[in-house]
Amino acid sequence: MLGLNKKDSSLFLLVLLLVIFAPFLLNPFPENSELAQFNAGYPDLMQRFLIFGIFAIGFNILFGLTGYLSFGHAAFLGVGSYAGVWMMKLLTMNVLPAIIISVIFAGLFSLLVGYISLRRSGIYFSILTLAFAQMSFSLAYSVLTPITAGETGLQLALDDPRILGVSQVDGTIPLAHFFGLNMRESYELAMGGWLFTFNAGYYLCAVIMMIAFYVAIRIFRSPFGMMLRAVKSNQQRMNFTGLNSRPYTLAAFVISGMYAGLAGGLMVAMDPLAGAERMQWTASGEVVLMTILGGAGTLIGPVLGAGFIKYLENIFSKINDNILYEWFSALPTAVADVLVFVIHPFIGKGWHLTLGIMFMLIVIFLPGGIMEGFQRIGKMFSRKKKTATGPSGAAPAPAE
Amino acid sequence: MTLIRKPLSRRSILRAGAAGGALLATPTIFTSRAWSQGYLNEPTGSTVTLGFNVPQTGPYADEGADELRAYELAVEHLNGEGDGGMMSTFSSKALKGNGILGKKVEYVTGDTQTKSDAARASAKSMIEKDGAIMITGGSSSGVAVAVQALCQEAGVIFMAGLTHSNDTTGKDRRANGFRHFFNSYMSGAALAPVLKNAYGDDRKAYHLTADYNWGYTTEQAVRESTEAMGWETVETVKTPLAATDFSAYITPVLQSDADVLVLNHYGGNMVNSLTNAVQFGLRDRVVNGRDFAIVVPLYSRLMAKGAGENVKGIFGSTNWHWSLQDEGSKAFVRSFGQKYGFPPSQAAHTCYVQALLYADACERAGTFNPCGVVEALEGFEFDGLGNGKTLYRAEDHQCFKDVLVVKGKENPSSEFDLLEIVEVTPVEQVTYAPDHPQFAGGALGTCNSGA
Repeated sequence: MLGLNKKDSSLFLLVLLLVIFAPFLLNPFPENSELAQFNAGYPDLMQRFLIFGIFAIGFNILFGLTGYLSFGHAAFLGVGSYAGVWMMKLLTMNVLPAIIISVIFAGLFSLLVGYISLRRSGIYFSILTLAFAQMSFSLAYSVLTPITAGETGLQLALDDPRILGVSQVDGTIPLAHFFGLNMRESYELAMGGWLFTFNAGYYLCAVIMMIAFYVAIRIFRSPFGMMLRAVKSNQQRMNFTGLNSRPYTLAAFVISGMYAGLAGGLMVAMDPLAGAERMQWTASGEVVLMTILGGAGTLIGPVLGAGFIKYLENIFSKINDNILYEWFSALPTAVADVLVFVIHPFIGKGWHLTLGIMFMLIVIFLPGGIMEGFQRIGKMFSRKKKTATGPSGAAPAPAE
Repeated sequence: MTLIRKPLSRRSILRAGAAGGALLATPTIFTSRAWSQGYLNEPTGSTVTLGFNVPQTGPYADEGADELRAYELAVEHLNGEGDGGMMSTFSSKALKGNGILGKKVEYVTGDTQTKSDAARASAKSMIEKDGAIMITGGSSSGVAVAVQALCQEAGVIFMAGLTHSNDTTGKDRRANGFRHFFNSYMSGAALAPVLKNAYGDDRKAYHLTADYNWGYTTEQAVRESTEAMGWETVETVKTPLAATDFSAYITPVLQSDADVLVLNHYGGNMVNSLTNAVQFGLRDRVVNGRDFAIVVPLYSRLMAKGAGENVKGIFGSTNWHWSLQDEGSKAFVRSFGQKYGFPPSQAAHTCYVQALLYADACERAGTFNPCGVVEALEGFEFDGLGNGKTLYRAEDHQCFKDVLVVKGKENPSSEFDLLEIVEVTPVEQVTYAPDHPQFAGGALGTCNSGA
């Protein structure tokens, strides 16, 4: 299908189905139950899953294939965001030009950064990219305040020119739209106790994410992807055979920078604001975490890692002691107190701690990330299949 | 021709099940909630949900924790538990202690991390997932401005927490956003006369300014009001926000002929820069035959605690202080102290007041509809909430009230008793026109109810 082999086609279809039915899958608990706390099927978080999924897929093209660990990818996301907001301020509230310009600007910026940074490899490369990202952050936060609005973040205003659109409608800023389809538009579906939200913005992200994912698969399977893998396994030997590897690494760097820009543009399309913190080194570190957590070098791993981190960040950080007490209300007060005391450090503001522990466990026991976990489970089942007697259905094979 | 009859497989059962399920669900499928409501997140049950979006991690986590305490206290009082706090001293008597409009107040909390993105994500999840009808909190202007814009776009009310930059109700003002806290301009206007009395009208000031939006507006405000009374600004230097060692910025001060150092820093920045300045002996310095002075435009008790000994005798301004002796402040300090065992900070005060003001506005408007609430708050005059007579100005949604000028206490009696009130600058002195140059360039627009 679409020039993909059978295995990749089925992976692509699986991801497509997951993305289409995410509003159902992420809202497994009825609206009024205690467990509704763990529902993640609201538009903002679902959009974030996809956007950071794109970001991580792009990062993985560089890190997973060439092994070059960029510690400054957030800078490209930030540049894309700023470009996108400016497009919305100056041109139109249609998100398409904003997204396109984000990709272009991030691509140009990554060309510049990549051209300089790729003269070194290993730790020196990482440090150079980190330096560039921190530089961009500092510039955006203070020196470039007229362009970036500094600390408060670049936002839309009532008096923006918007040449191809309108500045304001009855004293409000027009909403971001895709040829008239409002990005905040949601269709809510009530089924029994469940409430599912289908958001226009989410499905726009979904379409773009699927395209990005498809392109990533093609890159992974192409001769170009093979060259990048060669860079990862032994760049020196590659150079000795007379191949100049720089153009390949630079191309990979720019492509992954453009993916980051695309993610930045989409963030702006969903929520028209660009803040400098988007470029901070913690943001760059986050995408590294996502990729490693999910499984570097695998196709779908980084997306899972992105979803995992964003879920923890948005769901765990909102559980507070009151909610815990509600859960344990059936227990005697003393027991509930002890339980709350034990759990307290891991929830609310302690979500970083939970993430840290999970990260350590995964890196120690599953060095290949979440994907390795799936593979092991898959193997377990396939072994059972051999010993089982009689016909059995096909065990779900791990995709990558 | 033979028909091959397959045995019933797991797959075909699943398929039939799914089809049947979809068929059963069809009658209820087209009941979108969006059609039935007049505005976003209209509370239909017996409860109403408020969103408390405060920094729980990051540089302002202390303030955030205190804000959250204040909100919990406010919710208790609104629901008729506890001693009622400032509800008894509040000039408006619309609140009855039975929740808001008869609905029990519930709340959700979130972590802003003092980052615009994280704050918006957290606020969005409160609006989209938890059905919050109002968002409040925050301890930084960047976050306040970002969340305020989001609330305007989504169609809920935003009651700002601690945010001091002019922009929140200046160029970034929004119809759905309200600020009770004072701002940079008011700090400058309140400080200038006190500084004139204390240090004279021909001083030379040297500014160190945190290199971000709040720093700029504060520097501008203090510079303009001190220059208006005759001071000269020798130099203004921007310092990086992440700086922890300010020695490199203090040395040039020693070489200049400035005799006043203004530290436009907040939080950890101020603690470090002030400590450095004192270590370099600036306080014992004599320039042009006069004692060198240090000024900190925005003071908070938590900062004073961090800087310890060094704050003694240093002037600054603050929104509220727990040692105020009016009935409202006393009632608030009493109920906060009873619950938590120590006096509240100014961040806690402004958040508590914002929650009460919102609830009161809903009661007076008779609805949770954001547009009704905006109407009820605009031009609302009240008293008894710790700052004396206060006006929520309709033009920019900024509260106008007296401003406190404080000084680091020479002989503190406890770890909370670090500041003493030097002067209560009356509201007339800190009032400005809505289109004042420091606030120009913004427009409220119209309220959005998300319908």
